[in-house]
Amino acid sequence: MNNLFNRKYIVQGVFIVVLLILVAKLFYIQIASDKYFISANSNVLRNIFTYPARGAILDRNGHVLVQNEPVYDLMVTPNEVKPFDTLDLCRTIGIDKKRFYKSWRKAMAQSRYRESVFEKQLSVQVYARLQEKLGRYRGFRVQKRTVRQYPDSVGGQLFGYVKEVSEKDIEKSSGYYRMGDYIGKSGLEMSYEEVLRGQRGITRMIYDARNVAQGSYANGEFDTLAVSGAQLISGIDIKLQKLGEKLMQNKVGAIVALEPGTGEILAFVSSPSYDPNLTVGRDWGNNYMKLFANPYRIFNSRPIQGMYSPGSAFKPIDALIGMQEGVIDPNTTFFCPGFYQAGNHKVRCEHVDGNTNLRRGLARSCNTYACYIFQKLLTRKGMKNQRAMYGDWEEKIRKFGFGHKLEIDLPWEKNGIFYTEEEYNKRWGKRWGYTTVISLAIGQGEITSTPLQMANAMAIIANRGYYYKPHIIKGVGDGQPIDEKYRTKNFAGVDARYYEPVIDGMQDAVNAGYGTAYASRVPNVLLCGKTGTVQNPHGKNHAVFIGFAPRDNPKIAIAVVVENAGYGGSYAAPVASYMVEQYLTDSISPGRKAQAQWMMEQNLLPVLKSRTKPARHDTLKKKIDTAGKKPDTVPQKRSIQPKIVAVKP
Amino acid sequence: MKTQQGNRFFFNVDWITVLLYLALCAIGWVSIYAAVYDEEKAGVFDFTTNYGRQLIFIISGLVLGFSLLLFDGKFFNIFSPVIYGVTIILLILVLFVGRNVGGNQAWIPIGSFRLQPSEFAKFGTALLLARYISTFSPKFRDLKSIAIAAAIVGLPLLLIMKQPDTGSALVFLAFMFPLYREGLSGYFLLVFLGMIVLFVADFLVSANVLIPIIVAAGAAFVYFNRKRPKNMVAGILVTLVAIAYLFLVKLAFDHVLLPHQRSRIEIILGLKTDPKGVGYNVIQSKIAIGSGQALGRGFLQGTQAKYGYVPAKSTDFIFSTVGEEWGFAGCTVVLLLYCFLLLRLVNLAERQRSTFSRVYGYGVACIFFFHVFINIGMTIGIVPVIGIPLPFISYGGSSLWSFTILLFIFLKLDSNRMGFI
Repeated sequence: MNNLFNRKYIVQGVFIVVLLILVAKLFYIQIASDKYFISANSNVLRNIFTYPARGAILDRNGHVLVQNEPVYDLMVTPNEVKPFDTLDLCRTIGIDKKRFYKSWRKAMAQSRYRESVFEKQLSVQVYARLQEKLGRYRGFRVQKRTVRQYPDSVGGQLFGYVKEVSEKDIEKSSGYYRMGDYIGKSGLEMSYEEVLRGQRGITRMIYDARNVAQGSYANGEFDTLAVSGAQLISGIDIKLQKLGEKLMQNKVGAIVALEPGTGEILAFVSSPSYDPNLTVGRDWGNNYMKLFANPYRIFNSRPIQGMYSPGSAFKPIDALIGMQEGVIDPNTTFFCPGFYQAGNHKVRCEHVDGNTNLRRGLARSCNTYACYIFQKLLTRKGMKNQRAMYGDWEEKIRKFGFGHKLEIDLPWEKNGIFYTEEEYNKRWGKRWGYTTVISLAIGQGEITSTPLQMANAMAIIANRGYYYKPHIIKGVGDGQPIDEKYRTKNFAGVDARYYEPVIDGMQDAVNAGYGTAYASRVPNVLLCGKTGTVQNPHGKNHAVFIGFAPRDNPKIAIAVVVENAGYGGSYAAPVASYMVEQYLTDSISPGRKAQAQWMMEQNLLPVLKSRTKPARHDTLKKKIDTAGKKPDTVPQKRSIQPKIVAVKP
Repeated sequence: MKTQQGNRFFFNVDWITVLLYLALCAIGWVSIYAAVYDEEKAGVFDFTTNYGRQLIFIISGLVLGFSLLLFDGKFFNIFSPVIYGVTIILLILVLFVGRNVGGNQAWIPIGSFRLQPSEFAKFGTALLLARYISTFSPKFRDLKSIAIAAAIVGLPLLLIMKQPDTGSALVFLAFMFPLYREGLSGYFLLVFLGMIVLFVADFLVSANVLIPIIVAAGAAFVYFNRKRPKNMVAGILVTLVAIAYLFLVKLAFDHVLLPHQRSRIEIILGLKTDPKGVGYNVIQSKIAIGSGQALGRGFLQGTQAKYGYVPAKSTDFIFSTVGEEWGFAGCTVVLLLYCFLLLRLVNLAERQRSTFSRVYGYGVACIFFFHVFINIGMTIGIVPVIGIPLPFISYGGSSLWSFTILLFIFLKLDSNRMGFI
């Protein structure tokens, strides 16, 4: 019996041990681990986001370029849905049954109890129809958000587009973006993303297990309100932009116009262009594929990504550096026999002008003159130092903005090609001299530049020696200053007094009877410019025109590139002249309107090698042929077409 | 006169146990209040809410408990076969006329009220077992006495299994402890423990590993007892039975258990995770308890139970509200209260002069112990989900009354310990 009495302790011991096991497990889940605490919060707390409207973008006169338009996402919470007329819903929102079930399965897979997007971005019209019937569809709700809208349908590449964030974007933003957020993917939308997006509002709500909101967490202490994105004021002139896109329709190329005094970009045309409204809404995916399939690479932002040899447009800069270094003065004459003899090969001119001074040399775009300047610059310290002098020249050219990015406020700007002395050394050892690279004198060979760089070089000449880095946006929000770098003068290293003789030549190029762009002179405006006809390995020459106006106190500097269009004087210069006239006089004079109209109708799309249908080839060719036969608008004057003999060691 | 009468009825009542009982009931009521708290219906006496009704159950339970003290202690001894018989009849009846709630045919509806016979079978069985042992003083050395005891416990157990309410049925295994106290060999407890260990091992360790281990252990045992033939035979038999048991378990698991029981076991053994289905309850309960951390979120500050993430928040999973709002500190206090109560009950049982009272006392303590261990173990994921209430804390009239009756009968017996029962 006594023995059995002791069993009491065994029973009590079992009780204590088992209860201690419970305490130990409790200690583990309550104190040693905080994963349960976190899970509990994620159970009940849900962040409800309110999306701010993206900032609007205005032109320089306050005209709205980019604004917001409400759209409506149809949301669904599967477990709240009661049987309804699915066919009616499909018809109302304009989808087929297949798509309906696809969306439904997706929503079910996500969560039966949480709301998910059923159909995105219904238009106001669809929403109006749907709203009347929404009561019949239990479990469905409409959430408003805004998308971009572009009243003028211009500036596709300039503005870029917004798109739902990808997994990668979310990763890169270290958690700022969440699934379903929108982000600027190119153009201004991308470079000013942080300004435009604003700040989303967060309301922390407590939800019960059936996903019914139970009120705000901690009385809204941690909630924030949505802050709309800041408004951007651009330097774009909408009339100029629209005219530019019209002039460039059915052509491949670019126009950059900027205000020399500030570096603000007035027009930014990339052709072929597209209506930015295509990037909005439910059809964006299809539209994107269509645009992407465009053989002329429509998403290229040619003003900053197109790389073209500057061609003859480079000559004024040769002259400026020549004068600054004292190898020529405005009265220096060279004899042009119709070509320049560089060692054992010739750089041809299209004309035989005999004795030519600087002014005439620029007006007539004399290759011989440019080559002589280049020769003198590189050999001014003797033949032995010509490579070192190339380095010196190259640095001076870089100061004019060539060979490096101008840091415009847009993504993916290109450098352009421009070789340094070392790069040539690497390529050719020590066996090269000015004759090897003589084509650089006329802006050909191993040099390419973006239209933006060309326009910027014009701004330097217009300003007589300096430039502001070109930029699209001149004001952010309520008068916040733009980046310091856009408010700093950059000097090109050539004294102001050397500019006038060069500008004389450029004035004559447009306004003197023997100039290469005489046909493109603008009534009552002294347009100074330079044509360029750029050889390229891909086909017909590119037409280039760069210029500025008026001569005194210039208001606009411009670069126009029309790919595969032939002489610079025939297509690029007229386009530039209409742009300049429009900007300076706010209209095109009645006598030139028909010409401008004719220009807009020209189809200069380069013939595609394989991807275009043959039928289109023919029409294209015919159009160009007939275009050439209109003597009153296309100058029949012989323009300069530099011929370059193969430049190889 | 009245005071004298009162003194007579409540003479020698163990007030410490009564206080522990009241404390646990109070904790239960507060937890139910917090679990179903609704700002718009905050009235304590709103009888449409669980806490309002629980208040009625507590008060009526107290009345019931104290009126049991008015009985003569001998009554329970004499009438134990009758009480047992009535509960067995009810258990049979419920299989035919009972209402099926949540898959268990366990309730007999009486008006708007539902009676759960399995709750009352507990004290019926405890009483009859005490009566049997006190009358025949078996030492459980012979097969006959073990068989009789097993029959007394096994009959209601099997009837409850039939409902099928496995949880309540398992509680009847608690009667092993009083039998052990009265002389049943400790080997039974060891075998029972070994069965559990082998059961768990059967699922976690591959048979290719497990069987050689058992064979090796058996061989070692036989080798060290090679001078004692009796032990050698026993060792070989145990080894063979253990291996047979492993196969039986697998067989039973695959063919006898219901699918939901299988998945509960698989989840607790970590063989399967199913956060949306069967595992949901345990995961949510652990989240709620774990989120309480050291000191808890504070009274009415819990979110998991209140917003419906924890299932059966005021009944089987009431402990998750305790854990969430009062944290580790609160849980420890509750477990300490239970520990005091259980140890106290054992001590009270040991001071009885009558075997009847002692056996009954052990029965009560062990039933409480099983409930506490299984219920709390379930909410923190160390026991499979078995739906049995937490004594005095879980919401529910039948369970609260049956626990109260269990306890107060013993208190009455204890107050009469000087007399002859």
